[in-house]
Amino acid sequence: MPFLELDRLGKQFGAQTVVDEFSLAVAKGEFISFLGPSGCGKTTTLQMIAGFLDPSCGAIRLEGRELTAVQPAKRGLGIVFQSYALFPHMTAAENVSFGLEMRRVPRAERVERVRSALTMVGLAGYEDRYPKRMSGGQQQRVALARALVIRPSVLLLDEPLSNLDAKLREEMQIELRQIQRNLGTTTVLVTHDQNEAMSLSDRIVVMSQGRIEQIGTPQETYERPASAFVARFLGRTNDFAAAIDRTVAPPRLVAGSWSAPAPAGIAGPVTITVRPERIGFADAGLAARIVTRIFQGDHWLFQCVSECGTVIVIRQNDGQPQPVEGDAVHLAWRVEDMSLRGAGAAA
Amino acid sequence: MSGAIDTAPVHAAPGDSSHARPAWALSAPALMLFAGVLVIPLVMTVMLSFHDWGQYKGIEPVFILKNWHEIATDPYYAEMFWRTFRIALLTTLIAALFGAPEAYILNRMSGRWKSLFLLLILGPLLISVVARTLGWALLFGGNNGLMNKLLMSLGLIGSPLRFMFTETGMVVALVHVMMPFMVMSVWAALQRVDPQIENAALSLGASPLTIIRRIVLPQIMPGVLSGAIIVFSLSASAFATPAIIGGRRLKVAATLAYDEFLNTLDWPLGAAVAVLLLVALVLIVVGSNALIERRYAEVFR
Ligand SMILES: Nc1ncnc2c1ncn2[C@@H]1O[C@H](COP(=O)(O)OP(=O)(O)OP(=O)(O)O)[C@@H](O)[C@H]1O
Ligand SMILES: [Mg+2]
Repeated sequence: MPFLELDRLGKQFGAQTVVDEFSLAVAKGEFISFLGPSGCGKTTTLQMIAGFLDPSCGAIRLEGRELTAVQPAKRGLGIVFQSYALFPHMTAAENVSFGLEMRRVPRAERVERVRSALTMVGLAGYEDRYPKRMSGGQQQRVALARALVIRPSVLLLDEPLSNLDAKLREEMQIELRQIQRNLGTTTVLVTHDQNEAMSLSDRIVVMSQGRIEQIGTPQETYERPASAFVARFLGRTNDFAAAIDRTVAPPRLVAGSWSAPAPAGIAGPVTITVRPERIGFADAGLAARIVTRIFQGDHWLFQCVSECGTVIVIRQNDGQPQPVEGDAVHLAWRVEDMSLRGAGAAA
Repeated sequence: MSGAIDTAPVHAAPGDSSHARPAWALSAPALMLFAGVLVIPLVMTVMLSFHDWGQYKGIEPVFILKNWHEIATDPYYAEMFWRTFRIALLTTLIAALFGAPEAYILNRMSGRWKSLFLLLILGPLLISVVARTLGWALLFGGNNGLMNKLLMSLGLIGSPLRFMFTETGMVVALVHVMMPFMVMSVWAALQRVDPQIENAALSLGASPLTIIRRIVLPQIMPGVLSGAIIVFSLSASAFATPAIIGGRRLKVAATLAYDEFLNTLDWPLGAAVAVLLLVALVLIVVGSNALIERRYAEVFR
């Protein structure tokens, strides 16, 4: 039995369907991310789990128990809001303590738990600070401590890191992951940042316009995207129009001057999708010319014009000499690094 | 060490004054207007309150404490000032008691209803205070008041409700007049509250009552208190409403000062009453403002 289960959940605002047929089973202790562009219904789904919105249809179950009928105050979930929603008239310690007071935890135990929660998020010594006198990262940690101190069965995070600068965000990601691992709290994170989703989650739910596009581990969704949308949303991709050449035996899959043995079960024209870092420069392959070359520290980014349109190539900066702008090159990739899609694609 | 501290302001000073001069020059026109219409009449009023006055001799520009002595010793004035502040305080309390929930409910309404009810609450500001107060007088004034007639014909009351020339009447009419100021002030405070904050408290297990008491109220309290300061000072110095409801029989500071100026023609005594009202109000407002700011420092920022 899954720990948290969303069963064909749906939400309508008037005539507009915002979440549609959302089914997901979350195991205990799992870290799940909802990933999708703005307005795809991530927050709406999270708020339905939290109980702030009533689903139009479908069910939410926690350990097999129906959750939709339970008051939000009685669900026992920990929530970190995008705006943190700290209580500005309370100190950090009072903020964290609030949930325990509501649960009538005895005073001595409360003090102890507040202290250890603040220590866990690295805010020991900030007990008496008011939120207004804390940095964004510190406020975010208070919000996290406030949500975790009640020992929630599920932790819901709505873009908690989006207000932080890049460096702090990375630090908080690592910290969040460590805390979650140590406590083993089942966690649902909402984000529109694919790097965040990939570095934190056990599984990612890629959403588009209220529908689930794919559920899978970060590696699965990145390397075997279920749809063109998923492929494009998770990092850069190159698309090539390809056709099957049946004049030769065995038939070959051809894109411009690149070709490879055609996989079984392919009939008509298809689209080949390859990640930029999986394309290499070779002696034979798709003929192209390098238009721009950008140095990015640990890697080079090449923009090439080929017979099949613009191609982006990423090469590791491993000390090898790299082609320069204007060079004529051949682009090649391994068959297992590409995914096929289109009218004739079997998969 | 101390040398470093001492020299710091000296270094800063030239930069400051070079900024200060154009600042003063630029605000000069406004300052002159301010002095012309506010400071000079005020100083003249204060001076007037020390002059002498007689039925036949009129105002004599001498320096005596006669008026102040009269106000301090005659219990009539003490009673009148107490009445003024009692009415203002009651008005403030009732306005806060009804205005704060009103603003909170208003803020939770959705789109169209919100703007409609906001208009209903702020609309009366467009109507003259005199017209609004006369409305109350028409409803409850004596035996001919519409409401009194209706209630008596229904047999609910034996004799007409006493409204005119009572403090109750004055407070009711003043609350009606002052309500928009309270609602607006609380409304402004509510706009600064994170809309997710109630959900946050809810998810931590708080009941709706606890949320209002421990989360919402502390955050809008500065708004309630600044609204209270506005309502209190406006009610204590209100003229039209007390003049219509209270008339000659139930005087407050503003109506008394008016009568001394225009009926008795004892300008110095009227000036003394006006100055006392002003000083008391300034002290109360500044004092409570400082208290509020200190108490709610973390919410205000
Ligand atoms: N109360 C509401 N009434 C009507 N439509 C709403 C309401 N709340 C959200 N929507 C619509 O539902 C859709 C999904 O909103 P939601 O907040 O879930 O998006 P999101 O995925 O969280 O986006 P973001 O990344 O921008 O936060 C949006 O198109 C939005 O306009
Ligand atoms: Mg959102």
